[in-house]
Amino acid sequence: MRKHKKPDSFYFTAGAAVTGVMAVLIVLGFFWAPYDPEAMAGTLKLQGPSFAHLFGTDQFGRDVLSRVLTGAGSTFVVAAGTIVIGGTAGIIIGALTGYFGGWLDEGLMRINDALAAFPSVLLALVIISISGPGKYKVMAALGIAFIPSFARVVRGEFMRCVKEDYVISAKLIGVPAWRILFVHILPNILPALLSSLTIGFNNAVLAEAGMSYLGIGVQPPDASLGRMLSEAQTYLAGGPWCAIFPGVFLVLLVLGVGMLGEGILDRFGGGR
Amino acid sequence: MENKVMELKHVNVYYREGRKKKQVLEDISFSVYEGEIVGLAGESGSGKSTLCKCALGLLKEYDGEILHYTKRPQMIFQDPYKSLNPRKKVGWILEEPLKLERKYIKTQRREAVEEMLSKVHLPEEFYDKYPRELSGGQRQRISIALALLTGTKLILADEPLSALDVTVQAQMIRLLRELQEKERIAYLFVSHDLDVISMLCSRVLFLKDRKVTEYENL
Repeated sequence: MRKHKKPDSFYFTAGAAVTGVMAVLIVLGFFWAPYDPEAMAGTLKLQGPSFAHLFGTDQFGRDVLSRVLTGAGSTFVVAAGTIVIGGTAGIIIGALTGYFGGWLDEGLMRINDALAAFPSVLLALVIISISGPGKYKVMAALGIAFIPSFARVVRGEFMRCVKEDYVISAKLIGVPAWRILFVHILPNILPALLSSLTIGFNNAVLAEAGMSYLGIGVQPPDASLGRMLSEAQTYLAGGPWCAIFPGVFLVLLVLGVGMLGEGILDRFGGGR
Repeated sequence: MENKVMELKHVNVYYREGRKKKQVLEDISFSVYEGEIVGLAGESGSGKSTLCKCALGLLKEYDGEILHYTKRPQMIFQDPYKSLNPRKKVGWILEEPLKLERKYIKTQRREAVEEMLSKVHLPEEFYDKYPRELSGGQRQRISIALALLTGTKLILADEPLSALDVTVQAQMIRLLRELQEKERIAYLFVSHDLDVISMLCSRVLFLKDRKVTEYENL
């Protein structure tokens, strides 16, 4: 019998598989959909799933599959943008405060605490109500609202690493601070960071869906999973497929990325 | 006497406790010369590690003079399992001081590192290994190689043998001796173990009640 060096993590495999399939569908949705996702047809209102319309049609006769494919793309773009904005700022703030400490840490972390005192979705709502609705504004608002949570995780990890002997050794060799921060320490906190980013991604997906559901995210006629759920609510009895398919898509996206994050931590966590 | 590599003149070291300053070392003066091994002994908590950190320039709360007559001294740590970056390969770790000098290309750096590996009696293949694949003694040799690659003539060794088993300790002592003779490396050797100190060192500094007393070889 062949012995495996390291048992494969179930979460990693399952998460990668589900995320992979979702990624393919999302990329597909950017370039192709069976029908125009915005084309309405009065004769095709609320038709159940059939060979012509695999996921059925909505209250305006639009093809639900086409709207799910393009809507998942919008949701993904907003969530990914949120992670890029929140993650980049969070890493920089967390790294600087965790490594240098002192007044810089005190100052930035108090601002961070003030921001973190609001639930992040509420904070994003405040920003949206000032800047107005729209896909990219939601992305920016959620990105800013997510900075404190990332900054705190990264800061904690850097504070732990700063005292490690290999960092002291790098200082003695004369490695400049930026290189110690981002070349020596950052790879060591990657497992913790990645799993926190995947959790953040999921929260961003749900937050975007929630905001679109409230009508302040992606604006009609553009599709987004949250918007579709919100519109389907009225027709739940007559056309449950309008809610079920976007809902299942949303759940799979969040579940896949969540399991992948867990798997990454399982598989690459220790490192020593 | 030969060339000095480090000199401490009337050094006082303090720790801050809130707004109060607490003195931990008082009027420390001594020199280390090229190619000699100086022992540093004392009870735990007497300030041996603090003295090392201070001599390396890692502490800010001190007065007096600390003079280095060589490139910045390097340190070998007590715990070999924490002193090398776990995410980087040995080759990458050892090339770091050469990268900072910005005058070597990749192949030159690799050659220099492989030459250094053979000086500390490790095979060239270690270049592509991660620290987690090495034993404690092998890791300590990598730490020594890293210190030497910076071009320093002084190494501060903070109980470098205490985490190793006895046979590996003996090998390490041989290596330290060999480098002392061939490369004229000086060591400030911190240890609890007076047997090791008497075997290795020409002079011993004892730390007691914040002050240092110097003895010729025991």
